[in-house]
Amino acid sequence: MSTDLPANAFCLQGVSKTFSYFRLEGLNLSLPQGQIMGLVGPNGAGKSTTIRLLMGLVAADAGAIEALGFRIPDQVEQAKRAIAFVSDDMRLFSNATLDWHMRFVASIYPQWDELYARQLLKRFNLRAEQTVTKLSRGEHVKALLLLALARRPALLVLDEPTSGLDPVARHELLAELMEIVRDERRSILFSSHNTQDVERICDQIAFIDRGRLVDSRDKESFLERWRRISVDVPTGVVLPRLADVVDVSLGERVAVLTTDNYLPQTQALLEQSGGRVRDVQRMSLEEIFVACVMRSREREPS
Amino acid sequence: MHIPIQVSQTDPRPMYLQIKEQLRHRIAVGELQPGEEIPSIRALAVSTRVSVITIKRAYLELEHEGVILTRQGRGSFVAENANLGSHLQAQELDEQLTAAVHTAALLGIKGEALVERLREIERDLQKRQP
Repeated sequence: MSTDLPANAFCLQGVSKTFSYFRLEGLNLSLPQGQIMGLVGPNGAGKSTTIRLLMGLVAADAGAIEALGFRIPDQVEQAKRAIAFVSDDMRLFSNATLDWHMRFVASIYPQWDELYARQLLKRFNLRAEQTVTKLSRGEHVKALLLLALARRPALLVLDEPTSGLDPVARHELLAELMEIVRDERRSILFSSHNTQDVERICDQIAFIDRGRLVDSRDKESFLERWRRISVDVPTGVVLPRLADVVDVSLGERVAVLTTDNYLPQTQALLEQSGGRVRDVQRMSLEEIFVACVMRSREREPS
Repeated sequence: MHIPIQVSQTDPRPMYLQIKEQLRHRIAVGELQPGEEIPSIRALAVSTRVSVITIKRAYLELEHEGVILTRQGRGSFVAENANLGSHLQAQELDEQLTAAVHTAALLGIKGEALVERLREIERDLQKRQP
């Protein structure tokens, strides 16, 4: 697999999975090699289910899944040699030390990088001789991340990696994640509540809500398309109905429009009608996410 | 070849623009010389901890503006153009004046009134630093 890498780190096509109280429906998602994808969604949206399907931990009812060119779940054992997965509900052996875990993982994965593992110990402020029971919650997460990173995986999958980390550890982790994609044959998928982290380091972003993919595209086009426009509306003026306006908040004299497809002519159209565009603001990824989810819920009430 | 670029997420300007402006500024003041190699897209992404796609966008736009050029497989370089420094400084000034004209328009100040305001500010500055 090292000579002929597939174009995509992973690919989900038409994937569905029904549980008694939850349904993931028709999920299409793929990540080109060498990129970082952020999976963003509220609690219970289906982020962890998506990741578990990809890791072959649960089987899909329909659809096709591929990771590093291997079919999941049929070829999951081959795929797992080059995929590392961390979720914060994973548990280490409580009576063993971190050093024991490092030797254990090294014995299974030949790509284990001992020198890098030792560097990570220092950067994450961990001690190898510590037993797992003595680790704080944050240290436990950092230990799991160390064991995953030092395997030098081709695909790193992280479920909420920054939750439970203090700001210094979070900063160190983001730096290590960026270090991974210095190599354009390595990729990362991570789910997060922290839209600020996602906005900073992700190339691709997928919004998921109520078991559906709400939107997925590269980060720059996300940020480029959304705008909030404040327009002064003099008495008697009626603003035109614009196709791509997602939300309108109308005051007596001021209207605030949110659009997901801002074009240079948008402003001109509003001004032709007699409105005066006072401000055109970019939106943060968090604001875009909330607007996306609200629109999707209006279209598909549960 | 490390260039200390800082990207702030509280800055209202998008990240790709902050990177563009800081690179352009370093070229304008001569810290980066014409023909000098600059970090690869991925190397700058690692050192700034900002996504590859954002750095790529900044580099593409700087390329279109003729500020840098990328040779496939050999890296990115500051363009060989002797007047680049002063040209970029003029461009920086234009951008700041454009922003000022926008703000003035919001306050209803334009035309001769705007020019007069600028003269006043210049006179004040000269008085303060003779």
